[in-house]
Amino acid sequence: MKVAILGATKGMGRALARAAAERGDEICILGRNSIDLERSAADLGVRGAGDSVWSVVCDLERPEMFGPAIDAARESLGGLDAMVVTAAIFASQEELESDPDLAERLLRIDFSNTVLFCEAAKKALLREGGGTLCVFSSVAGERGRKPVIIYGAAKAGLSHYLEGLDHKHRAEGLRVITVKPGFVKTSMTAGLEPPPFAGEPDAVARRVLGAIDRGAPVVYAPAPWRLIMAVIRALPRALMRRLNF
Amino acid sequence: MPETPLSTLQGWGRHSARGRERLGEDLERISGEVHLSRGLGRSYGDASLPPDDQPNVVNTRFADRVLRLDSDTGLVRAEAGLALSELNRLFMPRGYFTPVSPGTKFVTLGGMVAADVHGKNQHRDGDFGDHVTSLKMRVADGRVLECSPGQHPDLFRATIGGMGLTGHILEVEFALHRIPSQWIWQESRRIHDIDQFQDALETAAPDWPYTMGWIDCLARGKAMGRGVLMTGRWAGAEEAPSRPPRQGFRPSLRFDWPAWVLNRFTIRLFNELYYRKQWRPRSSGVVNHESFYYPLDAIRSWNRMYGRRGFTQYQCVLPREAGRGSARRVLEVLTARGGASFLCVIKDFGREGRGVLSFPRPGITLALDIAVRDDTQALVDALNEQVLQEGGRIYLAKDSFTRREHFEAMEKPRLDEFMAIRDRWDPNRRFRSAQSVRLLGD
Repeated sequence: MKVAILGATKGMGRALARAAAERGDEICILGRNSIDLERSAADLGVRGAGDSVWSVVCDLERPEMFGPAIDAARESLGGLDAMVVTAAIFASQEELESDPDLAERLLRIDFSNTVLFCEAAKKALLREGGGTLCVFSSVAGERGRKPVIIYGAAKAGLSHYLEGLDHKHRAEGLRVITVKPGFVKTSMTAGLEPPPFAGEPDAVARRVLGAIDRGAPVVYAPAPWRLIMAVIRALPRALMRRLNF
Repeated sequence: MPETPLSTLQGWGRHSARGRERLGEDLERISGEVHLSRGLGRSYGDASLPPDDQPNVVNTRFADRVLRLDSDTGLVRAEAGLALSELNRLFMPRGYFTPVSPGTKFVTLGGMVAADVHGKNQHRDGDFGDHVTSLKMRVADGRVLECSPGQHPDLFRATIGGMGLTGHILEVEFALHRIPSQWIWQESRRIHDIDQFQDALETAAPDWPYTMGWIDCLARGKAMGRGVLMTGRWAGAEEAPSRPPRQGFRPSLRFDWPAWVLNRFTIRLFNELYYRKQWRPRSSGVVNHESFYYPLDAIRSWNRMYGRRGFTQYQCVLPREAGRGSARRVLEVLTARGGASFLCVIKDFGREGRGVLSFPRPGITLALDIAVRDDTQALVDALNEQVLQEGGRIYLAKDSFTRREHFEAMEKPRLDEFMAIRDRWDPNRRFRSAQSVRLLGD
């Protein structure tokens, strides 16, 4: 598989890129810092990608880079089977409430710019005759919840967009996969108390790779979160109001 | 950003301190303004715990990229948070193994350097630090620099075995060894007493790259120090099964055992059974390297066996000059005080480490796992008095009870050199740990 990953230097993106490298996929990693990209590329090379690993600078805060970066990735890979987006930022509800600039930045990066990136990636993949666009949203977007109101809203918007995209283009050979991670122990969630069923990035990576192979439209990871979120979605509003979850 | 609240950080022996871990992939970024690093928290005592007045500590475990592997020489360079378990998983199938492995694979490279860990091949290959060619560090004044035997050699030597007190270790470069298979040809034999053990280890040293012994430390009198000597070498490709060893199910202790579970009777029973298991005077065969190297890793969170108060491991080395009988004298202190060690390990050391404060030196080492009780301090004090008489010293990676005066008496000349190097690189003593406050008066 020829796969490009935006956000592969950290967290779940790193784990996913490693799992892909170990099974022999050809990988192009996209990220904003060229030194960091080089180090991650070296890591992937040693782990099994060998010389079949490239890197392209692309900053999710700069939409003008999206088209050219995706083209550059496709060119280095000599084609493109899958584009994965794991990049995003996270901040707690308190931080976002006290800092409107941070809230604006988070909404821009996690929602509008991610949508714009997907639009560019969609075009590139459709030009190839289809492929997979796999994007990391979050279980935070499933329901309006007190601890993740703003972050959750961005992810809810993203999940909606991805679902629409999947409906529209699946017949043309473009498979859109929405990944909804629950709590995963990465640097993004460092400092938060892990709830029960908190997952490891490696396990999420294996699950997502499997979903990409199958073309499953929605992936919850770790697996128990599918059930947990089914319950959360079914809770009456009056009860949800009382919960601090 | 608001500071996250303090949480409880623990060493492997459950010794704890209040602190705040900074986690992240980019060590250079997160290590500014923080003056202690920790990894997987496998040092037993307080070495990786922050002092009370300086609660922030970097956790390196997300900084785990392999940056280079030269497949001709086996030279590897990686970020300091890379775990040995991951290194093994990646490179053993390709015929490489760490030159030195401690008894657990859940340690980071940075921790292996900071503790200058040793393994079953110490008598032949020395410590981990002996195989390190270069380190990238962030030192107290904020600079990021490279140190090696040729570049800032003082910093390099003080960092190996320096328990993280010279700066943050960011990257580690070292040479892997070639292995013919992932299997070990192991030979075990029954040993009848402690003096015979010292002789047996010495005799086995030239013939076997890996040696260690397990001792029944509850046996008294003539049988004191009876146990099982384990020796091994890598199995040749023709002797080894063709399949790679499988990672079996790893059960986990999900809760703290009540303190009474491990009592003199159960410990005696375990030790008796373990000794009887080796009912033949000698046995041999091919075993998975995991069971040879990391028998305790098979049970996750085995430290919970010692209950909430935890345990301490007392590990000392007795110099060769102390002669035959030195190990017996130390064991006598343990048994005279009614101390019961669940696991007791004996091993010979062949050479001194290259670090200023490296633990190993030629002689014999004993490691005793002791549950923490009200009298543990007194027991460790008594053991330290004996070790001082023998001219030995203790292993900082395990320690949480040694008193400053004992440590200073054991380490006098080396400690002066270590402090002089710290004066050069960290005159304001920014890098401190709970352990350095206790033992060095920081």
